Amino acid sequence: MLKYEVQNKRICISLAGDFVGYDFPEEKEKLYSLLNSASGLFISAKNLKNWDSTLLVILYQLVKQAQEKHIGVEFEDVPENLEHLVHLALKVDRKPSLPSSEKGSYLENLGEWGWNIYSSLHRAFSFGGKVLSSFRRLFQGAAVMRGVDFLFALEGCSYKAVGIMSLVSFMIGLILAFVGAVQLKTFGAQIYVASLVAIGMTRIMGAIMAGVIMSGRTGASYAATIGTMQVNEEIDALKTMGIPTMDFLVLPRMLSLMITMPLLTIWADFMGMFGGAFVGVVMLDISPQEYWKYSIEAMNLSNFMVGIFHGFVFGIIIALCGCYYGINCGRNADSVGVATTKAVVSAIVLMIVATGIITMLFEVLGI
Amino acid sequence: MMENKAKIIVDDLTIAYGDFVLMKNVSFKVNKGDIFIIMGGSGCGKSSLLRVLTGLVPPAKGDVLINNVNFANASQAQKDEVMKKCGILYQSGALFSSMTLAENIALPLQQYTNYSDKLIKELVSLKLALVGLTGFEDFYPSEISGGMKKRAGLARALALDPEIVYFDEPSAGLDPISSKLLDDLIIEINQSLGTTIVVVTHELSSIFAIGNNSVFLDADVKGVGGYGDPKELLKNPPNQKLLNFLTRGEKGNA
Repeated sequence: MLKYEVQNKRICISLAGDFVGYDFPEEKEKLYSLLNSASGLFISAKNLKNWDSTLLVILYQLVKQAQEKHIGVEFEDVPENLEHLVHLALKVDRKPSLPSSEKGSYLENLGEWGWNIYSSLHRAFSFGGKVLSSFRRLFQGAAVMRGVDFLFALEGCSYKAVGIMSLVSFMIGLILAFVGAVQLKTFGAQIYVASLVAIGMTRIMGAIMAGVIMSGRTGASYAATIGTMQVNEEIDALKTMGIPTMDFLVLPRMLSLMITMPLLTIWADFMGMFGGAFVGVVMLDISPQEYWKYSIEAMNLSNFMVGIFHGFVFGIIIALCGCYYGINCGRNADSVGVATTKAVVSAIVLMIVATGIITMLFEVLGI
Repeated sequence: MMENKAKIIVDDLTIAYGDFVLMKNVSFKVNKGDIFIIMGGSGCGKSSLLRVLTGLVPPAKGDVLINNVNFANASQAQKDEVMKKCGILYQSGALFSSMTLAENIALPLQQYTNYSDKLIKELVSLKLALVGLTGFEDFYPSEISGGMKKRAGLARALALDPEIVYFDEPSAGLDPISSKLLDDLIIEINQSLGTTIVVVTHELSSIFAIGNNSVFLDADVKGVGGYGDPKELLKNPPNQKLLNFLTRGEKGNA
C-alpha cells in the first residue's frame, strides 16, 4: 500500500505491504505532480514486504525528479538493496546523442533525393563496370574464381530448378490454351490453339516464366547468401586478403545463370507446349498428331532464338541484381531481408523493361 | 533472511547429438543467490550445457530441475512457465535489429504482463538506467557499441524480474574495462535483486571476480573435472587439468 501526505511542503511517503505488479498510473501521476511544489521528499518503508521492479520504478522516478528539482530526499527503513538499486539506476555513464532527424526544407529534400538517385545509379553502373572487368580477367585467365564455386552455383540453378520450372510452365501453357480456346472456338478455329501456345511460349512466355521463377528462387538466394556474408564480415575478409569479390562471388554466379537460363527457357517452352497440348487433346478433341503438326508449323527458328536470347539477358539481370544487393547489404539481419526483396523486385522490373527494349529493337530489325 | 534453496539441480546428465555423446554423468547444484560459473576449454560443451539448462536441447539422459521442474520430462508449457522466470544474455546480445532498445525490452513485458503502457515505458527506462543506458531508448542496436549491446541485452533479460539469469560468454569481444563493468553489474544485480546467476565463460579474471561456485567441464573425460568455489579449486585443484586451466598452464606444467 502506498500512502502519502504533504507536511510543510515536504512529501512523506509510506510504503507498506506487498508491491508486486503495482500499476496505478493515476495515483503515481498525482504523486509525481506534488513534487512541483515540494521542498523535501521523505520515503519510509517500515512495513514493506515483497516488492519488484514496479516499486523500484516509482522510487526511481521520484528520486530522479527530486534531483532534477534540487529537492532533498531522505530514506527511512528502505531495504538496503532497494535503495542501492535506485542509486545504481541514477548513475548515468554517458549522454547519448541520436543523429538529428530534423526535416530539411523542400529544396533540401529535393536535392537529397536527386543526390540519392545519382549515387544509386553511380553505384549500379560502377558495379556493372567491375563485373565487366571481372569477365575481362576471366578471359585473360587471371580471375580468382574457384571451379568448385562455379559448379556449386551451376548445380543450384540447373537441374535443381527443373521441377518447379516444369510445373509452372506446364500450367502457363495450359492457361494460355484455355484463354485462347474460349475465343477461337467461337470461330471454329480451335486448332489454332496449338499455334498460339507454340508462338507465345517460344517467343516470350517461356523466357519470362523462367526469369520470374529464377529471380524468386536463385536471385533471392544470391542476395541472401552474399548479404549474410556481408553481415558476418566475410566480404571484408576477402577484401583484406586481396581477393577480388567480383571474381570470387559474382563471376561464378553470373556464369552459371548465363549458361542455364537459355537452357531453362527451352525447357519452359516445351513444358508450356505440353500444357497447351493437354488442353487441346483432352478438352478440344484435337488429335495429338494434328496438335503437334500445327505446333511445328507455327514455331520458327527466329521465334525460338528470340526466346533464348531473352533467357540469356534475363540470366544476366537476375545474377546482377542478386549479387549487387547482396554486396551492398547492411550489417544486420533486417538488411538481408531488404536486400533479398530488392533483388527480386528489381530483377522482375528490369526483365520487363528489357523485354520492352528487346521487342522494340527486334521490331526495327524485322526479326 | 537468505534461504539456501537449490534453484537448479543437474543430476547424472548426458548430452548427446545422435550417437555422439558430448558429456555424461554431469551432476551439480546451483543455490539461490549463487553466481555459478560453467567453465572449461573451447569445445568442452559449455554452451551445449547452457542450451540444456534453458530448455532448447533435451537431455539424452538424467535430470535437469529448474525451480523444481524437471526439464527431462516436462511439457513445453511447463518449460515456458519456468523460462518466464529466467533471463538470458546471449553472447552477442541477440537484440532484435528491427526494434529500438525500448521496443526490445518492452517485448517480454507486453507479452507476459498486463501492465499499462505507461508503466511499461517507465520500466523500460528503469531497466536501461540500471545497466547504465539512460536515454538510449530510441536507439537501434546497430547504433550502439558491442559492450552497450550486451548491457541492453541484460536490460531485456532483467525485464520480468527473473529469478535466474544466464550469461553466455559475457566478456567475449569486450575490452578489459567494459568487461570489468559488466562483471560489476552482474555482482550488483546478484546482490541487490538476489538473482541467481549462471555464467558460461572461460575468462579467468571474470571467473575469480564474480563466481562463488562453479563446475569445470573437461572435454577429455567428457564430464565434470571439478566442482566448487573457483578460488577454493585454485587452492586445492582436484586434478592437473583444472590447475592447468585456472593458471593458464603456468603452474599446471611445472
